[in-house]
Amino acid sequence: MKPLKEIESRFVPLPIENIDTDQIIPARFLKATTRDGFGKNLFRDWRYVQDDEQQPVASFVLNQPRYSGEILVAGKNFGCGSSREHAAWALKDYGFKAVVCSFFADIFKNNALNNGVIPVRVSDAFLAKIFAQDAEAVIQINIEQQTITILLTGEQETFDINPYKKTCLLNGYDDIDYLISIKDSIEKYEATRK
Amino acid sequence: MAATLFDKIWNQHIVQEVNDGPSVLYIDRHFIHEVTSPQAFNGIEKRRLPLFRPKQIVATADHNVPTLHQELPIRDELSRLQVQQLIENCAKHGVELYGLGHPNQGIVHVIGPELGVTQPGMTIVCGDSHTSTHGAFGTIAFGIGTSEVEMVFAAQCLLQTKPKQMRINIEGELLPGVVAKDIILYIIAQISAGGATGYFVEYAGSAIRKLSMEARMTICNMSIEMGARGGLIAPDETTFAYLEGRPFAPAGDAFTKKVAAWRELYSDADAAFDMELNIHADQIQPMITFGTNPGMGMAINDSIPTYESLEAESEKANLKKALTYMGLQAGQSLLGMPVQHVFIGSCTNSRIEDLRLVASMVKGKKKHPDVQVLIVPGSQEVARQAKREGLDSIFQDAGFELRQAGCSACLGMNEDKVPAGEYCVSTSNRNFEGRQGAGARTLLASPLTAAAAALTGIITDVRTLL
Repeated sequence: MKPLKEIESRFVPLPIENIDTDQIIPARFLKATTRDGFGKNLFRDWRYVQDDEQQPVASFVLNQPRYSGEILVAGKNFGCGSSREHAAWALKDYGFKAVVCSFFADIFKNNALNNGVIPVRVSDAFLAKIFAQDAEAVIQINIEQQTITILLTGEQETFDINPYKKTCLLNGYDDIDYLISIKDSIEKYEATRK
Repeated sequence: MAATLFDKIWNQHIVQEVNDGPSVLYIDRHFIHEVTSPQAFNGIEKRRLPLFRPKQIVATADHNVPTLHQELPIRDELSRLQVQQLIENCAKHGVELYGLGHPNQGIVHVIGPELGVTQPGMTIVCGDSHTSTHGAFGTIAFGIGTSEVEMVFAAQCLLQTKPKQMRINIEGELLPGVVAKDIILYIIAQISAGGATGYFVEYAGSAIRKLSMEARMTICNMSIEMGARGGLIAPDETTFAYLEGRPFAPAGDAFTKKVAAWRELYSDADAAFDMELNIHADQIQPMITFGTNPGMGMAINDSIPTYESLEAESEKANLKKALTYMGLQAGQSLLGMPVQHVFIGSCTNSRIEDLRLVASMVKGKKKHPDVQVLIVPGSQEVARQAKREGLDSIFQDAGFELRQAGCSACLGMNEDKVPAGEYCVSTSNRNFEGRQGAGARTLLASPLTAAAAALTGIITDVRTLL
């Protein structure tokens, strides 16, 4: 994984609550055996009329040219439902580096972190402030400082991130590197349970 | 110090703690299936790592398989390739595979318990959110993503932060016509689809103790639908009796010894929970969902909420979006509404007891001519057992399509789908937009309520047929 320290970008607002992973990437697109190329099917059934790429749903935010950026801002309980990591792969492949929301479903949160997509949990009030910005507003997410800032207004909030995960993100480490490094301890543990 | 059931199992599985970080949790059993494993196999191969403990993994093909003519090659090319990839990966890495055609094949959360692989006190994971099902045996069982599947492949461990704990106590007697599915749909409607996020949930109380293992699995299965990472139930005589004699359960003295250890798995009387919820069993009616998440449920004889009854603007917006998709009106009753499909199956309700429940309602009767009814056993063993009991002919006489084992119409991935705009009363676990096929409208309910709709062609209060 590439180290990630800061994201500064415009944002894509999706003010809908309980967005489940079946919406993020419908099951019919889970037949691939690689991690690539899921972005074109991100939010597929909200993006196109009757699954037809020639007929984009004009009102859907990904089809509105005035919205763009690396930060998706969504309603609470984002990523609920299926454990499919394809949801995180699809967001990443589309170009999102962070999702901002007032709370995340647990499995999605881990999947996102494991792919370098940062789940930034903010208060309901701060979420409402972001949604109130116009499309040109730029959001800054600083992982080192654990802050999210609306640059135009200077409004800022801090967010939680597990210190271990933070170290991983800042340095581009992943859990497997760590687990492999403690194999002796794992084998010793196994021996105690025999 | 007083410990919960969860604490006891958790503490036994901690290899070490990471400074300022998560715990290294040892995983006893790892189930895999074709959809969420290929990228993980690919990942460890790229790192040139072997599978650390292949003997602790059990594989099956369930999500992407047809439920008709499983003896023939899968027609859909991508599905065929994905299932083939699983066969190759398992062969290459020494993983036991119960693939298509194998007598042990079935939905991963049906076969694990059925074979006795799932045992009290274990930690169990699978790249599938409904892994919570296995908690019915007093295990810490939860769904993981593919990167985590790769971690378990590499080291048989996961880095995990200990979740908060909730206990839901259900005391008293269930009303007639109310079954396990109604209990869990009721709980989710109370708590909401995100209400247990961050928690592991223990289900307890006299009403839970009286349930069979199949019923307990239905309840634990849907823990994820309120956001909980998992759910669990303390093992007891019902659990031990279910496990005795199963192919992978210990036998003879070894079994007796295990049972003695399993009897220690319960929450101490003074153990503390971060949250507790008390429910009287007689508050629970047969349930049905009307919206697009499992929290949007109600008693079957109730009405969909009106907008005026909701306080938050966000709640009103959620309801409006859901009802627009579902083609329903706020304030409306669902009773008497025609449905075009009934699906009985999925890891929630495809076990032998579910099929028996359905058979008890439809024996000697015929389905309504305007309804298509799909009944899909959770495993080859469930299918064989149904046949031994003569349930297959009851279903066929009723005009139901009895299919071969798999996830089927639960998730709109294989060939079994509900057409856009049509209604399906489904015993599965998710009523998300498009879950059963693009545009499909899902109403979640118990096997009894599904059977009632199959007979009448309309949403029916099962108690009127008892």
